[in-house]
Amino acid sequence: MKTNDVILQAATKVVVFIILTVSVFLFFAGHNHPGGGFIGGLMTAAALVLLALAFDLKTVREVLPFNFHKITAIGLLIAVLTGIGSFVFDAPFLSHTFAYKVLPLLGKTELATAVLFDLGVYLAVVGVTMTIILSIGEDK
Amino acid sequence: MITIGELIIGLLVLLGALLSAISSFGLIRLPDVYMRSHAATKSTTLGVLSILFAAFLYFLLFEGQVSVRLLLGILFVFITAPVAGHLIGRAAYRTGVPMWERSVQDDLKKVVTPVRTEQNRE
Repeated sequence: MKTNDVILQAATKVVVFIILTVSVFLFFAGHNHPGGGFIGGLMTAAALVLLALAFDLKTVREVLPFNFHKITAIGLLIAVLTGIGSFVFDAPFLSHTFAYKVLPLLGKTELATAVLFDLGVYLAVVGVTMTIILSIGEDK
Repeated sequence: MITIGELIIGLLVLLGALLSAISSFGLIRLPDVYMRSHAATKSTTLGVLSILFAAFLYFLLFEGQVSVRLLLGILFVFITAPVAGHLIGRAAYRTGVPMWERSVQDDLKKVVTPVRTEQNRE
């Protein structure tokens, strides 16, 4: 039987964008305010799970044709590479630094290499959470 | 100006707390799941909204910052809470949770019952 999910799907289409925006905001706020890669990744995964609830897993896989195993691996790789990158500058493993640069639109911005490590955490959390949810939710 | 702001903020917080308390009384007192979800969705949403709006006004007047997160939270609760109530009520109706025995009208019955018997036949 085809169920009628109009209200859920219409609300999801609006709400997913709010959740994704807030998750990106949390990811970038992590340096100076509460937030960071872990909670941002969890919120992104929550938005994707909401999509999978309102539509079905097949549609979500078509819309987001990512291999979430690979995303986890890429996240770990980025995190390790930021650690190894400090060897290039003759510094101990995982030393981080920052600099102030004037960017075209944002003005004076603090660019920290810790953001790259956080990006690795973010991708790993999204990948692991979505792998768990999708592999449990699929019926074979 | 600040005094009027304090008054409005205090009244909004009290109103929100009162509405939330009323809705939890409704959860205890009302007889069936549909009336309870009616009490839980509407008045709690308004209660939370007024408390969030009071917090927004507080930060605006006393700290001088516009908290976009609170505005976004207001919008988010306003969109999602009724949808959640709708889904809970719908799931309850579709799984056959009975209405209060003194209910007089059930317009959904003649739509849902044929579908359900058809499902049982399959």
